[in-house]
Amino acid sequence: MNSTSTTYAAKFEQLKEQSEACWNALKEKPLIMVGAATCGRAAGALEIIETFKNELANRQIDANVIEVGCMGHCYAEPMVIIQKPGHSAICYGYVSEGLASMLVREFVAGDDPCIEFALAALEINDFIPTFEDFPRGMVEKKIVMEHCGLINPEDIRHYIANGGYEALAQAVHKPGNEIISTIKSSGLRGRGGAGFPTGIKWETCRRAKGETKYVICNADEGDPGAFMDRTILESNPHQVLEGLALAARAVGATKGYIYIRAEYPLAVKRIETAITQAKEAGLLGNSILGSDFDLELEVFQGSGAFVCGEESALIASMEGEPGIPRHRPPFPAESGLWGNPTVINNVKTLSYIPHIVRKGADWFKETGTPDSPGTAIFALAGKVINTGLAEVPMGTTLSQIIYDVGSGIDGGKQFKAVQIGGPSGGCLPETFLDTPIDFDSLRQAGAMMGSGGMVVMDEDDCMVEIARYFLDFTQKESCGKCTFCRLGTKQMLDILERITKRQGKPEDIDTLFYLAENVKIGSLCNLGKTAPNPVLSTLRHFRDEYQAHIDEGRCPGLMCMDFIAYYILPDKCERSCDACVGSCPVESIFSNEDRIKVIDQEKCVKCNSCMDACPPQYSAIVKLSPPELVKERENG
Amino acid sequence: MKLTDEEKKIAVETSQRILADYTSNKGVLIPVLQHIQKELGYVPPPAMEIVATHFDIPKVDVYSIVTFYNQFRLTPPGKNQIKVCMGTACHMRGGTIIMDSWKRRLEIDCGETTEDREFSLERVACVGCCTQAPVTVINEEIHPKVTPTRVDGLLLSYQLDKDKEAKKAGEDN
Repeated sequence: MNSTSTTYAAKFEQLKEQSEACWNALKEKPLIMVGAATCGRAAGALEIIETFKNELANRQIDANVIEVGCMGHCYAEPMVIIQKPGHSAICYGYVSEGLASMLVREFVAGDDPCIEFALAALEINDFIPTFEDFPRGMVEKKIVMEHCGLINPEDIRHYIANGGYEALAQAVHKPGNEIISTIKSSGLRGRGGAGFPTGIKWETCRRAKGETKYVICNADEGDPGAFMDRTILESNPHQVLEGLALAARAVGATKGYIYIRAEYPLAVKRIETAITQAKEAGLLGNSILGSDFDLELEVFQGSGAFVCGEESALIASMEGEPGIPRHRPPFPAESGLWGNPTVINNVKTLSYIPHIVRKGADWFKETGTPDSPGTAIFALAGKVINTGLAEVPMGTTLSQIIYDVGSGIDGGKQFKAVQIGGPSGGCLPETFLDTPIDFDSLRQAGAMMGSGGMVVMDEDDCMVEIARYFLDFTQKESCGKCTFCRLGTKQMLDILERITKRQGKPEDIDTLFYLAENVKIGSLCNLGKTAPNPVLSTLRHFRDEYQAHIDEGRCPGLMCMDFIAYYILPDKCERSCDACVGSCPVESIFSNEDRIKVIDQEKCVKCNSCMDACPPQYSAIVKLSPPELVKERENG
Repeated sequence: MKLTDEEKKIAVETSQRILADYTSNKGVLIPVLQHIQKELGYVPPPAMEIVATHFDIPKVDVYSIVTFYNQFRLTPPGKNQIKVCMGTACHMRGGTIIMDSWKRRLEIDCGETTEDREFSLERVACVGCCTQAPVTVINEEIHPKVTPTRVDGLLLSYQLDKDKEAKKAGEDN
């Protein structure tokens, strides 16, 4: 076949056929997929892979073991999916080395799928419920995460076999305008936090004057408590690359960057592998699929400055400057990297693009609310039972996420608040649980979408301490350009630190309000503008807790060290048990004449070890606030 | 912390070797510093001086980059780098308590290196393993659900490994 007769589509068809052949061949043998994103690895996924391989080798079984990304069910890591011809694919959670050996013995070699250890099946069958049969599955709707955890992120053929790069193959001969109008009519809004319409950003960049244009994927996920971008990059890197390539085609850029923070080494490695593979397949680089579209992609590693998530600071850091935001306008879409028009989109935003281009704007608008179409991806962490990553349609309520997806609060405790949007967001109490999740409703409630971290707090969490924690973070990360952000946050932090150290004054609350308003007005970028949000939202909804700290010398959440003391209830302590004594790192626990354990308050460092060590049938150790209560109890 | 002549020499030679592969376009300034830190473990003053000459910029500009970004360190790291995650989820599940345990056991403060240069202690904003909180990262290996007793256990296992190595080295000789 000569090159002139080969159309782009035919070239892609050939790639797709090869990929599908590889994908189907994989399933002819038993296939074991082990979730090995960072969360899985932390839980021991690499050891599980070894166990599977050894066990298969010992039994001389011919099977495929592959590494996949994360399905979002992080609570059950390490997770394994076993697909055996003749069976529905079954997902197992909490896989230990013992269970791995057993699964090989009973299921792969034998014929017993060990359903007592199964989390769910992936396809409908007669024995095991699927994920869709659980409350979580009914709430969730996966677009971006559809293939996360089900394909090998380091093999481009798996992505192509599942519909990947089809949108790019269609787009190489489409004019950029056409892509932009599709994105515009889909109503896609940027998932980085602010919710700016993506199509308009692209159009501005396309219309901007300049020969050279850039596209940048913002993967500088700095919010503590958020890990959506990491999971997507680690589980399906090609989806992000395809989205970035489509953005480049739309605005007319030939050079793109993926700005990943250096704290995510696995994500960096997988994206780099993905770029190499896409280049080899002719899907990146010069004349993509034989068309006139060229695109060079490169990884830039962020150096750990939270403010670089702000687009003008991100550009400054790529230019070799400290990451200090500048005044906008001009927006980067008009004058960005090296003064050229630049589109900067979040990982999640870009991940939607291939789906929208392939399936159309109307398909995208079927999900979510009219003003915020599509899905929202949340990293659910904190005190819920099932932590992990959830993708739900926009408009889902907070309580659905916490109680259906997260299965409620851990340990039968009482829900207190949910923190949304990281250091820029706010804490919402129980009365806001019916708030639908979309950009505008959350902002009205005093929180914000942010990039999507959601941390659930229960009765044991102190709201003053949480506010102090977030402010401590933003204060440290302030770049120092604006006086109010640099000094105002410091003043606020000093006050909060005083309150959590039992030195609060009655006028502190008013001063905090006053400072918060001024920091909001006096800051240039969103870091400063939103820095007071955690303080304001906790002041608004949990003012009584501030007052308990200042007026009563008491921490209702029993969290602030200076307000609590550990105490062993004499009537509950089992005299012959020494669990707490052994656990104490500073030897502060001793036995009294009745062999009941007592804590020497002078020595105690309040490390909580004894409370963890005390067997649950006794639960003899309690925290008391204010600490003076210990003396009262001991004497009375 | 004062650098030895040997350390200065290594810093100069390594920086020169690394810079040979880079242009003097300022866009690669941060990647260059990252590369130097990757090899040396830190960015010492002699390396900053060479970088400044290479890019033809004032030394203070390089210094401002190194001090602005959290990733760069100015002092040599310990042989084992301990990073305690201080993300929201870790904080709520007792990250501070874990940090206190490390400080107590290693007898150093956050950001310092032990006298024998075996361990250095740092805080990181979030490693993205919020579901395994609280997390400590030791030399790229992530340890989930750490407790104060686990801190003791981890230190003990490093000590045992070291003893084993020392014994093996003794036998080999």
